Amino acid sequence: MNINATLLIQMIAFMLLIWFVNKVLWGPLSKLMEDRQKRISDGLSAAEKGKHELELAENKAKEVLKEAKTQAQNILGQAEKRGSEIVEDAKVKATEEAGRIKASAQAEIEQEVSRAREELRKEVASIAVSGAEKILGKEIDAATHNDMLETLVKSI
Amino acid sequence: MGTVEYIQHHLTNNSVGEGFWTFHLDTIAVSVLLGALIVVTAMRLGKQLETDTPGGFQNFVESILDFVSVNVRDAFPGHNPLIAPLALTIFLWVWLMNFMDLIPVDLFPYLFQLVTGDSHAYLKIVPTTDLNTTLAMSLTVFVLIVFYNFKIKGGWGYAKMFLFHPFGKFLVPVNIIMTLIEEVSKPLSLALRLFGNLFAGELVFLLIALIGGTLAVGAAALFWAPLQVLLDLAWLIFHLLVITLQAFIFMVLTIVYLGMAHEEAH
Repeated sequence: MNINATLLIQMIAFMLLIWFVNKVLWGPLSKLMEDRQKRISDGLSAAEKGKHELELAENKAKEVLKEAKTQAQNILGQAEKRGSEIVEDAKVKATEEAGRIKASAQAEIEQEVSRAREELRKEVASIAVSGAEKILGKEIDAATHNDMLETLVKSI
Repeated sequence: MGTVEYIQHHLTNNSVGEGFWTFHLDTIAVSVLLGALIVVTAMRLGKQLETDTPGGFQNFVESILDFVSVNVRDAFPGHNPLIAPLALTIFLWVWLMNFMDLIPVDLFPYLFQLVTGDSHAYLKIVPTTDLNTTLAMSLTVFVLIVFYNFKIKGGWGYAKMFLFHPFGKFLVPVNIIMTLIEEVSKPLSLALRLFGNLFAGELVFLLIALIGGTLAVGAAALFWAPLQVLLDLAWLIFHLLVITLQAFIFMVLTIVYLGMAHEEAH
């Protein structure tokens, strides 16, 4: 086999090809593959992180829900208590009011009764006087017999 | 045309020039065209690179790149941005040049003779069956080996390798001879292995091609022609393995040799 100047040409061609391959094939493609690898690992770690955060959030949500439930229970209990208190209060007040109204009505009635009685006494006194006048046939001096009349009125 | 002439004709390069200044035009043209094919394909691929949804061809190229970079990572200690592109270039270029071996041996010479009108025009389209090509690559690798030996080990470190390796300080002359042989045999074995395999493969293809053509006359062709097709197919399938393996071996040994050059002196 004959070694000749073809060797030199082939060496130059080889070196040029290495340069070209590095420039247009290895360089861009290996960079792209590295980028992709990085993106994938980033994505995976982000997903992992997201999962973890979701777990935390779920736990927190559960806690909040639990708290809310107990709070609601508390509020409900308080409201019930308060309600029955109000009802009780109202009952007491109503009874008081009723008592008051009853008392005032009774007082009024008594007043009316005593007034009527007074009226009646006066009426009876005048009737008695006029009756006595008719019987005696003369004027009775009211002033002179006032004391008697007074006793009479009182006795009725 | 006799058998010997047929084979010799096929194994002669189309060349110009005299003595050392002879240029094998077919070797240069085919290898440069194949190199250009790599570059043009890479450039066209580079315009439509997809990071997230790589297409079929990009996937294919990426898997080759991955294969090469895995080999570099396994066989090469440390870091050198030149090694991976170098290995990739060797693998792709050598494989493509070897692949020329699988094209029917008479096709291109025949077409070439038709085009040039010269029925004796020489054409050898497998650049790796030309020792100039394989030696050119292995010598380039050798230059890199020497360069990195000096760069990493330093002049004295490199010299120490010759003086005290492999038998220690008491057998310095033997050491020099041994290490010298070891170092020189690296590029030589790289070049000769590839050349030898491909040359032999080409020769077998030529011999198979002779079965139907020269040996068969008349009715005998009914037996010899199918045999030629069968043998050709068998050798082709086997050779497909060989050309890939040879490209791979050249690449891996280059990585390993350069890896050895990068080891610190001890």
